[in-house]
Amino acid sequence: MSDEADVSRRDLLLRIAAAMGMTAVQVHSAVAQEKAAQKGPYRPQALNGHEYATLERLSGLIVPAGDRSPGAVEAGAAAFIDFLCAASDEMKTIYTGGLAWLDGEMRRRENGSSFLDAPPPAQTALLDLIAWSERAPADLAAGVQFFAWARNMVVDAYYTSPLGMKELGYLGNSAMEQFRVPQEAIDYAVKRSPLE
Amino acid sequence: MLQVIRAPQVFDVAVIGSGAGGGTAVKVLTDEGLHVALLEAGPMLNPAKDFKEHLLPYQVDHRGAGAHAELYFGRQQWGYFAAPNGYWEIAGEPYSVAPGDEFRWFRSRILGGRTNHYGRISLRFSDYDFQPEDGLGDPWPVTYQEMSPWYDKAEGFIGVTGTKEGLRTAPDGNFLPAIPPRVHEVLIQKACRKLNMPCIPSRMAMLTRPLHGRAACHYCGQCGRGCQTASAFSSSQAMIFPAMKTGKLTVFTGAMARELVTDAAGKVTAVSYVDKATRTEQQVRCRAVVVAASACESARLLLNSKSPRFPAGLANSSGVVGRNLTDSTGFSLSGYVPALAGLPRYNSDGIDGMHVYVPWWRYGNGANGFPRGYHIEIGGGFNMPQLGSFHGQCARHEGYGKPLKDQLREEYGAFVHFAGRGEMIPNRHTYCEIDRERVDAWGIPVLQFHFQWSENELRQARHMRETFAALIETMGGRVLGPASPGREPAGISVGGAIIHEAGTVRMGRDPKTSALNQYSQAHEVKNLFVCDAAPFVSQPDKNVTLSIVAFAWRASEYLAEEMRKGHV
Repeated sequence: MSDEADVSRRDLLLRIAAAMGMTAVQVHSAVAQEKAAQKGPYRPQALNGHEYATLERLSGLIVPAGDRSPGAVEAGAAAFIDFLCAASDEMKTIYTGGLAWLDGEMRRRENGSSFLDAPPPAQTALLDLIAWSERAPADLAAGVQFFAWARNMVVDAYYTSPLGMKELGYLGNSAMEQFRVPQEAIDYAVKRSPLE
Repeated sequence: MLQVIRAPQVFDVAVIGSGAGGGTAVKVLTDEGLHVALLEAGPMLNPAKDFKEHLLPYQVDHRGAGAHAELYFGRQQWGYFAAPNGYWEIAGEPYSVAPGDEFRWFRSRILGGRTNHYGRISLRFSDYDFQPEDGLGDPWPVTYQEMSPWYDKAEGFIGVTGTKEGLRTAPDGNFLPAIPPRVHEVLIQKACRKLNMPCIPSRMAMLTRPLHGRAACHYCGQCGRGCQTASAFSSSQAMIFPAMKTGKLTVFTGAMARELVTDAAGKVTAVSYVDKATRTEQQVRCRAVVVAASACESARLLLNSKSPRFPAGLANSSGVVGRNLTDSTGFSLSGYVPALAGLPRYNSDGIDGMHVYVPWWRYGNGANGFPRGYHIEIGGGFNMPQLGSFHGQCARHEGYGKPLKDQLREEYGAFVHFAGRGEMIPNRHTYCEIDRERVDAWGIPVLQFHFQWSENELRQARHMRETFAALIETMGGRVLGPASPGREPAGISVGGAIIHEAGTVRMGRDPKTSALNQYSQAHEVKNLFVCDAAPFVSQPDKNVTLSIVAFAWRASEYLAEEMRKGHV
């Protein structure tokens, strides 16, 4: 929303600093924290190269790039998950186990190919079997479980990233002089509701 | 030999607990020129460091999951980004629950207590809350007319939004300008009109205008995570920090009160406490004491302050200390509203929580099937995406790829949430007492809780479900199911989970059936006051914090006057 009442996040920090009598150092560290969001390329800490590449591919299938916006690969979902795998053995087991399950299942179906090396239609064919829990074959239950974890966490990673917030159109947690609700948004909802 | 360290100074008043009640006592008593010692069981608060309200999830590597991904394994007690407000479980500070009962006890251990994060809903109790007309429960020793000026003071100081509505179930106050309803709230207001329910601007302790040196709100919508500009009220920032600057206040942090020490005349002379950092026994001497440690901690402290003169605990000859425990009833329901799907984006933050709410609308209607009532809190809007925000939709839609991505975008901001908060009538099965078999890490006997909802509360929760479903359907929406489906049939909250404990050191006119008089002063111990929700005779369907401030203000002015007159 381009509204003259809105100010940038940095302005917000400065305003708060003024209100709180914060020192320049504190303001600086707050701004530095903002900048830290854009870091160099991530180096996997918990997963090996093959596992990480497989996870990245899986994340791109769960939240793909499209005409409107980039997807989970561009948003670094695999990095977020690897970071938590390095922080928690329980999490690491879920992902090393789940990714190995994907490879094992693909090998059976595609002449010994890993998930990553299988042709894209074979990858989505396998996901089609495990992405809907109620219609999944019972013998793929472990895959269903893993996929639910991966879907939740890839979605988490994407929509809590700057790219994902932009895709949703989230405009909040900023400073406004005044709170206003655009009339066009009210009209949109009221017209579509049974409550004219 | 164990050495008890006594500070040389004798303070005019020792205040135990720094939340809404303790903070108010500190403010009023130091304004009156008294020298006050404040004991807080947790650390000092540093808002610049402790409040993370402007951090976005991606500014932290784990994005709020916790250093060991605790969130994903259900091991995170409260969100990572939340204010350092308290816990359901505290290491070294256990409590027990009687077999067959359920109770959860939220405790805060930081300067400011729960006011650093609370919802800031600020509702006056009604005339009939003080003097019930249905014969249930007990009347308070004060009337609404007597309390109204104290509510004026409380609202005037903390700052409460609102509008004059002339409703008996929601008495008007001394309000700051209200804030406009968000799009989903406009729809809810229309649905309420159709169902003949009031839906009025919310009464919240956030500043829509600057007040007493606190900046006006900048509408970042993150009040629950603490507010660096103190535009959302907290006792720490609005009351205690200013009092510290007067030179009249000495703050003892990490100070876990163990016992109130009395003299031969039965007056409190000191607070005995454990300094957590050194695990040493210390004493603060005082001419009077204000206990404001939260309803159940205050009861625990009195019950643990036994002496030959007070064998059942201090100020407890009546035996009511620990009895009459209540929490608000809670029931929540969410709905998906297609009319909101694809809604043009706007910044819907405003003040955190609801901009409009539904006060009880069926007072005096005997056909309800249950006594008393509830109010309805409202949620929805374009909330900040956080870990877990979309797990519900992932579980409902399943699948993956473009269809999932499109669906999440389409449905963003199209959900509404209703939460009922209602009155529980005290019952004899619900109380806390000292657990004789357990002590905490400092050797202080812990509490055991007994908690049972009665059929009154269960019927109320069922009524909430029907009402919320009707609201969602009137908006053309689809009910998604209760927040706690495991607790069918009524789906009512676990006792304690709403964090509105009250009633455990009740006030009353008769010393045989109450511990405190109408000024929150112990009948038996004239220099002992209790200033949290423990004195409350009932648990009206109006969150207790504003009333804690009003009653603590009144008690503190009374205490100062009694001290001037030499009565205390």
